[in-house]
Amino acid sequence: MIKKLFTVLALVASSAAMAAGGHAVHLDKAPIDLTDKESLQRGARMFQNYCLGCHQMQYQRYSRTFRDLGIPDDVGMATLGFTANKVGDHIKNAAPKADLANWFGAAPPDLTNVARVRGPDWLYTYLRAFYVDPSRPFGVNNEVFPMVGMPHVLQELQGIPYKASETRLVDGVPTEVDVGIKTDGSGELSTEEYDRAVADLVNYLEYVGEPSKLESRSLGIKVLIFLGIFFIFAFLLKKEYWRDVH
Amino acid sequence: MFKNFMSWIEYRMPFMEKMNLHVMQYPAPKNFNFWYFFGSLAMLVLVNQILTGIWLTMNFVPTSEGAFASVEYIMRDVDYGWLLRYMHSTGASAFFVVVYLHMLRGMMYGSYQKPRELLWIFGMLIFLVLMAEAFMGYLLPWGQMSFWGAQVIISIFGVIPVIGDDLTLWIRGDYVISGATLNRFFALHVIALPLVLVVLVFLHIIALHEVGSNNPDGIDVKRPNDGQKIEDNVSDKFTFHEYFTKGGKKIIVDAIPFHPYYTVKDIVGVVGFLFIFCWVIFFAPEGGGFFLEPPNFEPANPMKTPDHIAPVWYFTPFYAILRAVPDQLFGAIFMFLAIIFLALLPWLDRCPVRSIRYRSNLHKANLVMFCISFVVLGVLGVLPATPTYTLLAQIFSFTYFAYFGLLWFYSKNEKTKPLPVRLS
Repeated sequence: MIKKLFTVLALVASSAAMAAGGHAVHLDKAPIDLTDKESLQRGARMFQNYCLGCHQMQYQRYSRTFRDLGIPDDVGMATLGFTANKVGDHIKNAAPKADLANWFGAAPPDLTNVARVRGPDWLYTYLRAFYVDPSRPFGVNNEVFPMVGMPHVLQELQGIPYKASETRLVDGVPTEVDVGIKTDGSGELSTEEYDRAVADLVNYLEYVGEPSKLESRSLGIKVLIFLGIFFIFAFLLKKEYWRDVH
Repeated sequence: MFKNFMSWIEYRMPFMEKMNLHVMQYPAPKNFNFWYFFGSLAMLVLVNQILTGIWLTMNFVPTSEGAFASVEYIMRDVDYGWLLRYMHSTGASAFFVVVYLHMLRGMMYGSYQKPRELLWIFGMLIFLVLMAEAFMGYLLPWGQMSFWGAQVIISIFGVIPVIGDDLTLWIRGDYVISGATLNRFFALHVIALPLVLVVLVFLHIIALHEVGSNNPDGIDVKRPNDGQKIEDNVSDKFTFHEYFTKGGKKIIVDAIPFHPYYTVKDIVGVVGFLFIFCWVIFFAPEGGGFFLEPPNFEPANPMKTPDHIAPVWYFTPFYAILRAVPDQLFGAIFMFLAIIFLALLPWLDRCPVRSIRYRSNLHKANLVMFCISFVVLGVLGVLPATPTYTLLAQIFSFTYFAYFGLLWFYSKNEKTKPLPVRLS
């Protein structure tokens, strides 16, 4: 039993080492800003429209999202809260969980903390890294998450993405070189608009991962300023007392 | 009115008497430096952990079904729950930072040497209980790293011959880590170990006040009173408790009352510490993925092993030693010895001079090498065990243990510098 465990651990460690060495997917920096309420609102709308069908945010309440994003409860319930009975409900869906796991090969993960698990840059790159691959059940694969079970749900926005290559001279030999992912232009959005939309979504996911971040920054500044001033007085007090000693 | 009240108390319980003995009339050497902040800071962090822990317990659900969700509830729905949680999680790491620096202080100035052996032993027991406390606390959020980290550490006990498998079964209370494990770890984390910790801290301080504080020069501030006047002695200005002067048989040199001198000085240290502590809490609560590991934001899943399991940073030096030894049993033994040797320092160090200020260059180099080994092992313990890293871990495990062997060897006839007569 224990030997097995150690073998497993050794395997895990070595595969992690290989992952660290070989799996060098470049991640684009997500252009997100938690103070941009409009971006967060657009992101929330995207989540409700494109993600909530399969993924939940089972630890986040609608009321919390509305409050932090500056959306009045009645407006929020009318425009975004279509899976909620009450504004205090968690952001859940009614999808049959067991069926989802069968349909996609794996249960769609809860997305409340996904930005904390994966990081915003990973999400931003992942959602822009789908490409056509007829060998996959849903016809798409992903550069960041190879063999992912998720279909490209944002295809109507992005268009059909494909891995583009060019013929270039490498050491004097004409070679096919990978030049990244391009779209056929059939989507509703241009490439720039699509990147912007994904950034909004990632911004929202980042917010939901840690709603306290909005609060902690402003409180933190006040606490540090207080401590800075307190330090001066503490130091002067010490100096005054220690005159007896020196 | 207040005076009457105090004398009413005093008649029934020696409150002011004990306050004088341990605080207002306790002689502390006047030359404490930066390194002497970490004892009081460890106390501060202990209080922080107990208070924030109590409030976290009010909303935490110690079941495998409810634990993860209740932590998210604390983070999102409890007023300032996020602040309590980050104070507690950052406090755990801060505890080890200040305790490691506190231990290094003891090693630098020979604070473990006679007559402070028992004081050092209590300190080492505090360190052991603290490691158990931190380990069990890390299981409670029931995230992926909680689960798999605990899996790795509990499996270490399984390498013990004959009883290993039964022992791990006994620790877990189940064949795998489960709700039963979570329940018992919760009980130990919030009741048993904190009680032990508080008692040990009490004993640590009682033992300290019995033998008196060491100082950066490593010479005594309490001397036999031979009747001779000591020039320019700051201690003459103050009254110390007669317990320390033994009715005039001892004279106190270059020491000052703990209160108000070190209380006001410790406040400066506390504020400086809180500045860094609060910066982490408010702006980087994950501590770059070292205080809160990213996979721990995913609920524990026994069917899915994370890509890379590393214990939390404060265990990694010992974890690196464990992995450096090819044989599992000997790896566990060496990891255990790494702590035992620290506890044996009072008897391994045979030099009559305490402070590094007056010891040989060889000793200085040896201690620097020990610190480097500890830090490098800590870094290696986070990284995956590739052949290169394992070789490095073996080399630095060797230098870690070499510290103790060399110390024992050279300390008996060490070439030391002359000790000063008075504190600098």
